[in-house]
Amino acid sequence: MRTTPGGSKRTRPTLIAVGVLAIGVSLAAQGGVTFDRIMHADKEPQNWLSYSGTPLNQRHSGLAQITPANVKNLQLQWIWQARSLEKFETTALAVNGVLYTVQAPNDVVALDAETGRPYWTFAYSPAADARTCCGRVNRGLAILGDTLYMGTIDAHLLAIDAKSGELLWKTMVAKSSERYSITMSPLIVKDKVIVGTAGGDGPIRGQIAAFDAKTGKELWRFFTIPGPGEPGNETWSGNSWMTGGAGVWNAGAYDPETNLTFFGTGNPAPDWDGRGRLGDNLYSDSVVAIDADTGKLKWHYQFTPHDELDYDSTQVPVLADIQFRGRPRKAMLWANRNGLMYVLDRTTGEFLLGRPYVKVNWMDGFDAKGRPQRVEGKVPTKEGTLIQPHVHGATNWAPPSFSPRTGWFYVAHWENSATVVTEGLSPRPAGVNPRQTTMGQVNLQTFFNNEDEAYGVVRAYDPQTLERKWEYRMSDITWGGVLTTASDLVFSGGKEGYFFALDAKNGSLLWKAALGGQVNSGPMSYSVNGKQYITVAAGSSLFAFALPGDAR
Amino acid sequence: MRRAWIIAAVFVVIAGSNDSALRAQHETAFDVEEGGRAFRNTCANCHGPDGNEIAGIDLGRGQFRRPMMDADLVRIIRTGIPGTPMPATNMTEEQASRIVAYLRSVAESKRTLSVGGDPLRGKAIYDGKGNCASCHRVSGVGSRLGPDLSKIGQLRRAVDLETSLIDPSAEVLPTNRFYRVVTKSGTTITGRLLNHDTFTVQIMDAKEELRTFRKDDLKEHGFVPTPMPSYENKLTQQELADVVTYLVSLKGRTTS
Repeated sequence: MRTTPGGSKRTRPTLIAVGVLAIGVSLAAQGGVTFDRIMHADKEPQNWLSYSGTPLNQRHSGLAQITPANVKNLQLQWIWQARSLEKFETTALAVNGVLYTVQAPNDVVALDAETGRPYWTFAYSPAADARTCCGRVNRGLAILGDTLYMGTIDAHLLAIDAKSGELLWKTMVAKSSERYSITMSPLIVKDKVIVGTAGGDGPIRGQIAAFDAKTGKELWRFFTIPGPGEPGNETWSGNSWMTGGAGVWNAGAYDPETNLTFFGTGNPAPDWDGRGRLGDNLYSDSVVAIDADTGKLKWHYQFTPHDELDYDSTQVPVLADIQFRGRPRKAMLWANRNGLMYVLDRTTGEFLLGRPYVKVNWMDGFDAKGRPQRVEGKVPTKEGTLIQPHVHGATNWAPPSFSPRTGWFYVAHWENSATVVTEGLSPRPAGVNPRQTTMGQVNLQTFFNNEDEAYGVVRAYDPQTLERKWEYRMSDITWGGVLTTASDLVFSGGKEGYFFALDAKNGSLLWKAALGGQVNSGPMSYSVNGKQYITVAAGSSLFAFALPGDAR
Repeated sequence: MRRAWIIAAVFVVIAGSNDSALRAQHETAFDVEEGGRAFRNTCANCHGPDGNEIAGIDLGRGQFRRPMMDADLVRIIRTGIPGTPMPATNMTEEQASRIVAYLRSVAESKRTLSVGGDPLRGKAIYDGKGNCASCHRVSGVGSRLGPDLSKIGQLRRAVDLETSLIDPSAEVLPTNRFYRVVTKSGTTITGRLLNHDTFTVQIMDAKEELRTFRKDDLKEHGFVPTPMPSYENKLTQQELADVVTYLVSLKGRTTS
């Protein structure tokens, strides 16, 4: 076991027991996972300290024991089955040989990373009025010191002792009776825990709030829809700003150089009928850059102004320092649900590049500032309108990856189209592939679709041009995230229940396992005692793979 | 329910009631245990673990503000008393009956000797001469190795706490048992058992690390007695009472 920083300061008080047992007060508790360790988690690749590895969200593991040459020998090490029939969307954290994950909706479980055996379970019963649009799910925890943080589907933030599983504090972020919930992993910045509120398919007003990690005291709150008198409020007609949605339900990013946090925001509400909320509807379907200390907005970029197609922009912001048009850029890479891929300057919010990465028919270009130019008539109608990509988009929330080795952006997404029909207040997708529109399920489903009409892919893109470098194609679509490793492997999976390894350089399939349940989560990697593991959740279980001793 | 075992309005000792045989036919140890759990979860917040924290009421001794039959108690647990802080619960009759069964068992057990304790003096002994924080934790301070005592006053009666101080091994919850492993290389590690199976053992070691051992890698492994010492001869009767009173005062931190 790795000794945590501060371990050398341990003191051992006088023992009161006469006997062989040495029981000391440990000051290691005061060390634990520091923010510095979280920021530089790439320096300790045996651990996985935040949702996508580091607050840059590259989901790239520095471990290289498993290689393109030996990955074919991967073996299942253990399975941990959640006592939950909900989708398993959590990416576990790995800290010194202990995995922390969430049993949906909100039980926290500490597992031995080598055997999958539980150390403890913290059980939480959300309030009876908790409502979620799309599953009672949780995408992950955050850790700081020896404390775990979890947002709950009844919109509370909980602090839990990582050693004992005891609840330390619980703070209400928003009212679950007003349809607020939390499904994202919290973001740690210095001594703060930052979370956003989901629920934007209903009449909420999205929020991002920061809390003191020690006490749970609220430090600042940012509304994703400006109030009267604030810039942007004029982009909502009437009182529509009060219930305009713009939820926040996926992991944020942090750039220490500018002290900015970045969060993607969800669709405006109601989703598919914009007649009551005329205007651009800021800051829905946007990325907002917020000062971590003050909660003030520094810049924003709106991907889909006045959205009527449910194009949530709640993808995980991926921060990468790249060469762009001959000079180094502090970039933000974004594969959006609206079918467009972007390179933004994360310091200023400047639009550097954007282009469709699937078939897109709702826009046909950008103006000089990067505002998409709408195609007339591509909105839901009573008669039905063919929309590409359809309401579930080109991708959704599943976390992508950036490999600093290849310099490429790896995204799991899909090609599709659908006819969107409004029926009174209940618009719905219709047409060729209604089955394609179902949310990720736990179990595998029989599959009858025409693959040419809709199929899933993992693709590599070059951020300099956003051109496709390679594609790995699946029959069905995918809700799996992507992990890259320092040995140039890509791990991902999909709705067919396959979990697989690809060559990061050319996309060729190197290994696969049938897990018997949909992969609706992002894979991650850690190591214990010199052995590299790859984990992924599928169905309602967590799977861990590693190489057998003679293949390492 | 027709057992008229409560007669007096003010103070009734119910131990040794002559319908115990009848009761035994209906109430099992399980009922009493479940009733105790429900009491601690639902009733102890206001009534205290001994049921005597509201003036004029001592649930464990059948002392009420007005005469009560079992059926009255069951009804009050379920519907509350309008116009008083006693709320209704959504318990079934069976659940409420178990609480009554538990209260009866409390009345039949011994009561604490630790009366007249001072919680401030108790805290001083806890922090000082008792060295309790070397194993126990209260509101985030102290070791995680032994049971967390932050809300022990809500969970345990004074008499139970007194017993634990005098005879610590008398009753140890399965979740608080200690385990020792000796590796093949000769290292001995002792800690609180968190889990074990045919092949592996999970413990929290003395440094509060969560650790797993493969039994294949061990020379020896097994349960060991609790490391908690008896305070019977380490503390005076008054000091014991002080510590017990302090522990009873620990009701957990208010959250949210």
